[in-house]
Amino acid sequence: MRLRWTSAVLSPLGCAGCVGWQSAMDPQGPQAEHLHRLIWLFTGVAAVIWLLVMLSLALAIWRRRDRSDEPVVPTNAARERRSAVVVFMAVGATVGVIAGLTLASYLATRQVSEASAEPLKIRVQGYQWWWQVSYLDPAAARQITTANEIHIPVGRPVNIELAAADVIHSFWVPNLAGKMDLIPGRDNRLEFTVARPGQYRGQCAEFCGLQHAHMALLVMAESEADFETWQNAQLAPSAAPDSDERRSGRQIVTGKACGACHTVRGTEAAGTIGPDLTHVASRAYIAAGVLPTTRGSLAAWVADPQTIKPGNNMPMVPLTADELRAVSAYLSALK
Amino acid sequence: MSEARAEAGDRTETLDRDLPPALLEQRLAVTWGTLAGFWGWLTTVDHKLIGRRYLVTAFVFLLLGGVLAMMMRLQLARPENRLLGADFYDQVFTMHGANMMFLFAVPVMEAVGVYLVPLMIGTRNIAFPRLNAFSYWMYLVGGLMLWTAFALDMGPDIGWFAYVPLSGPQFGYGKRSDIWAQMITFTEVAALAVAVEIVVTVFKQRAPGMSLDRIPLFVWAMLVTSFLVIMAMPAIMVASTSLILDRLVGTHFFNPAEGGDVLLWQHLFWFFGHPEVYIIFLPAVGMTSTIVTTFARRAIFGYVPLVLALIATGILAFGLWVHHMFATGLPRLGESFFTASSMAIAVPSGIQIFCWIATLWLGRPVLAVPLLFILAFFATFVLGGLTGVMVASVPLDTQVHDTYFVVAHFHYVLIGGAVFPLLGAIYYWFPKITGRMMSERLGRSAVGLLFVGFNLTFFPMHLLGLAGMPRRVYTYPAEMGWGGGNLFVSASAVILAAGFLVFFIDAIRSARHGAPAGDNPWDAATLEWATPSPPPSYNFAFLPVVTCANPLWDERDALPVATGLRVERRELLVTSAAEARPEARESSPRNSIWPLLSAIATSVMLIWSIFSPWAVVWGSIPIGIALIGWFWPKGTPEDDA
Repeated sequence: MRLRWTSAVLSPLGCAGCVGWQSAMDPQGPQAEHLHRLIWLFTGVAAVIWLLVMLSLALAIWRRRDRSDEPVVPTNAARERRSAVVVFMAVGATVGVIAGLTLASYLATRQVSEASAEPLKIRVQGYQWWWQVSYLDPAAARQITTANEIHIPVGRPVNIELAAADVIHSFWVPNLAGKMDLIPGRDNRLEFTVARPGQYRGQCAEFCGLQHAHMALLVMAESEADFETWQNAQLAPSAAPDSDERRSGRQIVTGKACGACHTVRGTEAAGTIGPDLTHVASRAYIAAGVLPTTRGSLAAWVADPQTIKPGNNMPMVPLTADELRAVSAYLSALK
Repeated sequence: MSEARAEAGDRTETLDRDLPPALLEQRLAVTWGTLAGFWGWLTTVDHKLIGRRYLVTAFVFLLLGGVLAMMMRLQLARPENRLLGADFYDQVFTMHGANMMFLFAVPVMEAVGVYLVPLMIGTRNIAFPRLNAFSYWMYLVGGLMLWTAFALDMGPDIGWFAYVPLSGPQFGYGKRSDIWAQMITFTEVAALAVAVEIVVTVFKQRAPGMSLDRIPLFVWAMLVTSFLVIMAMPAIMVASTSLILDRLVGTHFFNPAEGGDVLLWQHLFWFFGHPEVYIIFLPAVGMTSTIVTTFARRAIFGYVPLVLALIATGILAFGLWVHHMFATGLPRLGESFFTASSMAIAVPSGIQIFCWIATLWLGRPVLAVPLLFILAFFATFVLGGLTGVMVASVPLDTQVHDTYFVVAHFHYVLIGGAVFPLLGAIYYWFPKITGRMMSERLGRSAVGLLFVGFNLTFFPMHLLGLAGMPRRVYTYPAEMGWGGGNLFVSASAVILAAGFLVFFIDAIRSARHGAPAGDNPWDAATLEWATPSPPPSYNFAFLPVVTCANPLWDERDALPVATGLRVERRELLVTSAAEARPEARESSPRNSIWPLLSAIATSVMLIWSIFSPWAVVWGSIPIGIALIGWFWPKGTPEDDA
C-alpha cells in the first residue's frame, strides 16, 4: 500500500485505512489509474470553479457601496451592460470547461475499454449473496469453478463475463476498475489488468436484498508461476480425508443435505445451488467475506448460518457436536 | 366582454365597484369564505387553506424522514453494529428515500405553489379548486398508507427506486413492494392534479396586464415544474402499474425468462426519476430568484435568461435519465450522448448562478435570514452541481456510482439546492401565511447549525465513497477502515438535526407569538404582498392590474385595479395566455364534500387492489358514484357561468 497525500486528507477523519484494499484512490492497474487521474482532474477543476464562484459571491455581498436612502436600487443602463458582458463571459467559460471535461471523459472511456488480444477469460455469476467464479478454458477439463475469490496473474488482461442468477448485482473492485452490473437476462463484460501482486477487495455495489452488505469478493493478483500453481491445485479433485474424523466428516457432508446444494469434486456431493466446496479451505474467507476461513469459523457457519448472515439461503442442518467437529475437520482440510 | 356583460347586467348582479370598501370586503368574505368548524374543514376549496394543509403535512413527513435518517446514522456509527438488523434497516432506508422524495420534496414544493401562485398572479383561487382538495386528500391517504405499513413491519424494503427483479413477484416477498407501488399511484395522482391546476391558473388567470415577461420568476418556475410533472409522472405510473400487474396477475413485463426486460424498469423509472430531481429543484430556483430580488433591493438581473434557463433545464431534464444507468453496460455511443447532455445541464445552472450573483453585486444586499439561507444554498448547491458534473462522466461514474459519494452528491443538491431555499422561502413567506414574523435570532441559529451540520455530515461521505463504501449497506466490517468517518458523520448529523429542530421550534412559536407582520414586511415587489397578511379568503378585494415586472416597487403609491366583478357569486377574471388581456368573468367552484368522498372511494379501490385484482371492478362503482355526485349540475351560481 503506497502512502499518498490522499491518505493525509483522509486520516484526520479517522479513515486512514481507506486508501487500501478497496479504494478508488489507490489504483493498482492501468484501468483504475486512468479513472484515478480523471477523478483528480475533475476534482481539481471543480475546486477551482467553486472557489471562484464563492469569491465572486463574497465580493458581491460585501463590496463597498455608496450609501443610498432609496428603498430600491435604480438600474443603470451602462452598468447593466457591463455586467451582462461579464455574465456572458462566465457562461462562455462554463461551456468551454464543460466541453473540455466531456472530452476528457470520452478519452478516458476509450482508454479504459481497450480490448486486448488474448485475455484470461473468467465468468462471474452473482447469487444472493455470493459470487460464483468460473475459469473458461477452451479445454473442458481445465475449467475451474470456485467462489468469492478470483486469482489472476499480474500483467495479463482479464476479461470477466458478468451474469446474474437471481437479482441485479454489481461487480466492483475499485482498486482495479470501475463497476459493472450483473443483470438477469443479459451478460456484461469487464476487462482490466492488475499491475502489482496483492489482495484487492470488492463488494456488490447494487442493492440486492437482505445481505447486500455481506457480498464481498477478493481478487488475488499473483505472479504467473504462483497463478499456475494455484490453477493446478484447483484442477485437482478434493483432498481425500486422512483421518477417521475427516472420513466421517466427508460421510456427513455427502450423506446429509449438504450435497444437495454444494459440490465437492471427487465425492457424490454435486449440488450447484451453493458455492463449490472442493477447495473451500484454500480460500481466504467464507460466506462472501464474512469470516476468515478457519476450522472454527467453518464450524460456526455450519452450526448456525442464519445468525452469522441472516436471510442467506443456507439452512441450518441439525448436527450433533461430534458431527459438527467431523464436518469442520473435513472442510478445513479441503485446501 | 366582461365590461359589456357588466353594463348589461341584470338586477340580481351586485358589482364590486357599487359597494363601499367595508361592505365589499364583508360581502366577498361571505361569498368566498369557508364555513367554521369541522364541516368547513372537510369541504373547503380555498387554495390557501389547502396549501397550508399541504405544507404542514409535508413538514411532518420531513420530520419523520429525518427520524429515519438519524436511525440509519445510529446504525452506521460503528462497524458490525447489530442495532437495527438487515431487514429493518432496508425498510428504514427505503422509507427514508420514498418518504423524502414522494411525501416531502415534491408535495412541499407544490404546496408552496398552491398557496402562492394564485396570490402572485393576482387571482382569487387556483383553477379547478375542487381537484385541488381531492389532490390533498389523495396525498394524505398515500402517506398514511405508507407509514401505517411501515408501523406494521410491512414497509417496502426495496429501495426508493424498487429495481426489479428484487421488487418483482419472485424476490419481493409479502405486500411490501405493492405498498411502495401503490404509494406511487397516490402521490402521482396528487402531483398530476396540482400540476394541471397550476398550468391552467398561470395561463388563464393572471391579473390583467401580467404579460409573459411580467410573470414573477417563482411562478415561471412552478409553470415549468408543472410541465415536467405532467410529462415525467406517466412514466413512473406505467412502471409501477406494470409492477403491480406482474405481482398480482402474473404478467411478465419485467421477467426476462418470459420475454420481459429487467432494464425496462430502470429506463421507465429514471425517465421519471431524473426530471423528478428538477421537479424539486426548479421551484427552489424560483424561490431563490424571488428572495434574491427582494433582499438585493433591486430588479432581478437577467430576467429573460433566467426564464430561458428554467425552460432549458426542463427540456434537458428529459435527456439524461441514462446517467443513472452507466454501470448497466450500455453501448458506448449512447453513453457518450448521455454524458454530454448531463454535463450540458450545467450551462443553464451556471446562467442562473451568474445572474443571481450579478443581482447581488448590483444591488444592496440585506442579510436577513431568507438571504442567509440563499447564501448557504450557493455554497452547497454549487458544490453539489460540480460533483454532478463528475458523476455525469461515464468512466468516473463507474467508480462512484452506488457509493457514498453519490449519497453525498444528491444530498448536496437536494438539501443544499432545494431544502435551503425552501427554508429561506418559509422564513420569507411565513409572515404572509400567518400574519406573523419568524424570529430573526432563532433563524440565524438555524441557518448556522444547518449549514455547518450539513457540510460536516455530508462532505465526508464523498471521501467514504471514494474509499469504497457502497450505498444501502446495513453494516460494514471493521477492517474496512470506514468506522472513523462514519462515526464523524453520525455525530455531525446531530448538529444538522439540531438545526432543523430550531427551525421547527421557531415556526411553531412564531405562528402564535411572532411579531405582527403587516401587509408587506420585506418591502417586496410581487402581488402577494399587496393584500393583508394572512390574505382574506377572496385574496384581493379588487383584482390588481399589472403594468410592470415589479408592481409594488414601480407602482408604490397606488396599484391600479380592475373592477366590475360580481360579489354574490365566486367570480374571477380569465385572461389571455400571452398578454393577459381580460377575456371573461368566470365563476369559481364553491366548497364541496365531493372531492373528499371521491378521494375516499379512490383510496379504497387502490388499497384494496393491493390484495385483489377484483378491487378494480367492484371498487370503481363507488368511485363512479362519487364522481357523478361531484359533476352533477346543481343549479348553483357556478353552473350558470
